Amino acid sequence: MSIGHTLLGLLESGPRHGYDLKRAFDERFGHDRPLAYGQVYSTMARLLKNGLVEVDGIEPGGGPERKRYAITDAGVTDVAGWLATPEKPEPYLQTTLYTKVVLALLTGRSAAELLDTQRAEHLRLMRELTRRKSGGDLADQLICDHALFHLEADLRWLELTAARLDQLAAQVTR
Amino acid sequence: MTGAAAEPLLVARDLRKSFGRTCALDGAEMSVRAGEVVAVMGPSGSGKSTLLHCLAGIVTPDAGEVRYRGDRLSAMSDGARSALRRTDFGFVFQFGQLVPELTCLENVAMPLRLAGRRRRDAEAEAARWLERLEVAELAGQRPGEVSGGQGQRVAVARALVGGPRVVFADEPTGALDSLNGERVMRLLTEAAHDTGAAVVLVTHEARVAAYSDREIVVRDGKSRDLEHTS
Ligand SMILES: Nc1ncnc2c1ncn2[C@@H]1O[C@H](COP(=O)(O)OP(=O)(O)OP(=O)(O)O)[C@@H](O)[C@H]1O
Ligand SMILES: [Mg+2]
Repeated sequence: MSIGHTLLGLLESGPRHGYDLKRAFDERFGHDRPLAYGQVYSTMARLLKNGLVEVDGIEPGGGPERKRYAITDAGVTDVAGWLATPEKPEPYLQTTLYTKVVLALLTGRSAAELLDTQRAEHLRLMRELTRRKSGGDLADQLICDHALFHLEADLRWLELTAARLDQLAAQVTR
Repeated sequence: MTGAAAEPLLVARDLRKSFGRTCALDGAEMSVRAGEVVAVMGPSGSGKSTLLHCLAGIVTPDAGEVRYRGDRLSAMSDGARSALRRTDFGFVFQFGQLVPELTCLENVAMPLRLAGRRRRDAEAEAARWLERLEVAELAGQRPGEVSGGQGQRVAVARALVGGPRVVFADEPTGALDSLNGERVMRLLTEAAHDTGAAVVLVTHEARVAAYSDREIVVRDGKSRDLEHTS
């Protein structure tokens, strides 16, 4: 996820101080991993340099968290462009898992067991998300559902791979 | 934990079952503790439904045994087994287990009527279950007049109305879209947890299985249950 674009987007509704930006980010998007202050300031420094934000005022007392930032016209255009561009569907996990499965087959270890272990781990996380979803508000539900659908896709791939292990083994060990 | 509490409610050991030349179960094991929701997963044709039917005493295995609260199902008379299914088990299937000629309220009241409860009593209880499953407004409708998702919620109400110790659900969301499927799962698992009923949930969908407490996987008629106590 692009933190720069996200912070920029948060500034669209009006100027904010650094600490306020961090709080807003954590509240809406932080969930499991709140932003580090250092990350906020390095990101804001970059946005400042690129002319996407400007300093709108500094509170007495100094320190970077006292700076108030405002989005520029170029910044608004940048957020719009980001929102209009679809995300690349990343086959992030499959590459790692595929590598492991093939390695297991090559080294005579049980690929089926590896896949079963992975499926149990996937399902464990899906349970946790399902529980979080039932206790949560609509935003939680939508965020959890997104993760759940992705994990489900991974699981379907695991099932399919499990069903084709003999075929795959014949190919890679040929 | 005391011995009694730790003892599983339902235990299947080394089940084998063939239909003609087709081997449906080839060494399946599974245990279910009171109040837990166990998903039975696995590819199509792997033997999930056959395992569920054996656990529920609908199908008699060729070999192996199923014990319910310590008693062997195969040692019971047919009459005792069907009485057990009525009093202790509830069922939800993928389609059409509601009686089309009866209203939804009468369908849900039926298990209580069969158990000898007076009509007014049974229907009042059934109405409470319809409300709990968020389909109170369907009381007077017939199953043919309600949507698939609504019908499944009525079926869940009927499965739970008699206070079963085990609910057997075979692909209860198989014919539903994901939103309705999840609603059925949420209501089923919440109601089961509240009443202390265990659920045996057959599904090949991971998002449905994610409502369970744990899962077992059936492949080629075989299953292992790591929770199994022998
Ligand atoms: N009554 C029956 N008569 C003949 N064969 C049967 C019968 N019931 C099941 N089988 C066969 O036994 C095997 C296991 O069937 P089962 O219905 O238990 O699978 P399943 O895992 O529930 O599949 P699905 O996910 O498609 O529902 C299959 O090959 C099936 O064709
Ligand atoms: Mg089946």
